[in-house]
Amino acid sequence: MTAAPTLTPALSEDPTPPPGASRPRASTWAVMRGLLLRDLTVLDKSLGEFLHNTVTQPLLLVFVFTYLFPLIGQGVGGSSEAGASRFASLLMAGLIAQAMAFQGVFRVAVPMAIEIDVTQELEGRVLAPTSVSTMATEKIVFGAILSLFAAMVVFPVAAFLPTTPVYLVVDWPVLLTLTPLACFTSAALGLTLGTVLKPASVPMLSGTLALPLAFGGAIFYTWESLDPVPWLQYLVLVNPIVYMSEGMRAALFTGVPHMSLGAIYGALTGFAVVFTVLGQRGFKRRVLA
Amino acid sequence: MTDGTSAPTATPSDDAVGSTAVPVESGLAEASESGLPSVILTIGLTKTYRGGLIAVDSLDLTVRQGEIFALLGPNGAGKTTTVGMLTARVVPTGGTALVNGVDVVAHPALAKAAVGVVAQANTLDRSLSVWENLYFHGRYFGFRDRAARAAADELLERFHLSGRAKARIATLSGGMAKRLMLARAFLPRPAVLFLDEPTAGLDPQSRLALWEILGQLHAEGETILLTTHYMEEAERLAQRVAIMDRGRLLALDTPDNLRRSLGAGGVLILKAEGDLDLLAQRLRLMRGVLEATPGPGELRLRLEETDGAIAEVVGVTSREGFPLRNLSLEETTLETVFISLTGKDLRE
Repeated sequence: MTAAPTLTPALSEDPTPPPGASRPRASTWAVMRGLLLRDLTVLDKSLGEFLHNTVTQPLLLVFVFTYLFPLIGQGVGGSSEAGASRFASLLMAGLIAQAMAFQGVFRVAVPMAIEIDVTQELEGRVLAPTSVSTMATEKIVFGAILSLFAAMVVFPVAAFLPTTPVYLVVDWPVLLTLTPLACFTSAALGLTLGTVLKPASVPMLSGTLALPLAFGGAIFYTWESLDPVPWLQYLVLVNPIVYMSEGMRAALFTGVPHMSLGAIYGALTGFAVVFTVLGQRGFKRRVLA
Repeated sequence: MTDGTSAPTATPSDDAVGSTAVPVESGLAEASESGLPSVILTIGLTKTYRGGLIAVDSLDLTVRQGEIFALLGPNGAGKTTTVGMLTARVVPTGGTALVNGVDVVAHPALAKAAVGVVAQANTLDRSLSVWENLYFHGRYFGFRDRAARAAADELLERFHLSGRAKARIATLSGGMAKRLMLARAFLPRPAVLFLDEPTAGLDPQSRLALWEILGQLHAEGETILLTTHYMEEAERLAQRVAIMDRGRLLALDTPDNLRRSLGAGGVLILKAEGDLDLLAQRLRLMRGVLEATPGPGELRLRLEETDGAIAEVVGVTSREGFPLRNLSLEETTLETVFISLTGKDLRE
């Protein structure tokens, strides 16, 4: 500690306006922008880690499944060039969906769980002069931005690295509507999860949540191909990543079968609404006593 | 939005949530005995937590503009819950609370715009640097980039943290972290500053430094409500003190009046030789001596007023032929007041 601070003369003489003299209140947008700016600044500080975290897994999967396996004679999708290409294509869509979902979910949920329970930092931000629901909404918006960013980072990895060509035929209307919906759904799930997650269980997340979500998320196979295993085909329908993977297939390829667009949009919209309501409610419960 | 049109203060807004008008209740907050407007007014404010714990029980408080007001009480008295309700983080289950004329339940966002809070725990943003903590807090309160930068620079300078502008929060000492939290809370120039146990866990030097800063803010007219279980803190800083225990307000007055309410100027401890029972009998006849209790080798006298009485006690003692060996005075403190009100110690 330094010695007791003394008053700066200039400041003591300066007749500042009376404290709290009806300064106009910041708008909801201004507060939201401030919160978003803070989150983006923090992201910028850890950009290297974010990219590393986002890219490593897809890179390894692409390497193993589409380069190594064919080379060592255990290629997925059959030995034919067409079969391998088809697999590389369906995998690419799955990997984009997975990156979108995971970055949106876990980068909202984990910091929030820690900031609420361990460091109590959220208490400092909750003082921002806005409603609690605006704060929760900001978290969803930020999560959706992260999710979109992750998708954009993974796209070139999954599209151009496989040794077998992927059939890229973009359906723009679907891509431009489905991507924001999927990003939003991921972030809303992240908000919900963040308000129920116990910080102590964070290290276990990969086993308890991430792996089941990924392996049951129609990432390495199409949903339709589960036909021979009906119980699993129905079970995985509770997993929002299934609709994101299938949706990405619909948006990026022809020739790879996918679920009907109605089911994809319907389910994702439903999940988005449910998670938003649950997340908002949970957030309110956690920050207000 | 009116980007770019406003001066480097907070921005006016067309799209504010809640309401554009300052709520009607402000009339209620106008009058208080001193003539100064009240910044905080609670009527029957109550918080019952799920599970039935009544943390705050029908609290009636008025905090006047420009005063330092202390909520004094032991842990669990309901001080933090009270601050939580007044800063829109704890939802009351009964009663009314107005902060700067704003009903905190009806308009929580508007109420938050009028308050600055220094929580007991370190709630600084650990992902940000010292300077960024201030800058972004300004942004949350609607400051434009330039205004937020200027405010952050100014407050770092003023709170003697400029040298640590780029430091990580984890590297700050407890005293510095507290100063930064105070700077952050003060940055939007709130109508009232809340400090929850501001010096708990600080070393004596940091505590003095913080007291001095609070004194400066008070001198500038800032209204401050602090909670504390250090009676010295309440006595030194506060113009008025509310003594709380188990969610209830037991007494509310200036520290002087609270001490006087005990009717005791203090306790004089007199060490002398001879028959102290006899001396006690003599001294009891003296005006201003409320009580004389002889003990082994000493006599405890409860005095109405200490001024003048001490000389007289010494005079009587020597006139009566008791060799006086030592004399000490225990002045009535808020702690004594607290003990007499609750029958227990503040630190219990």
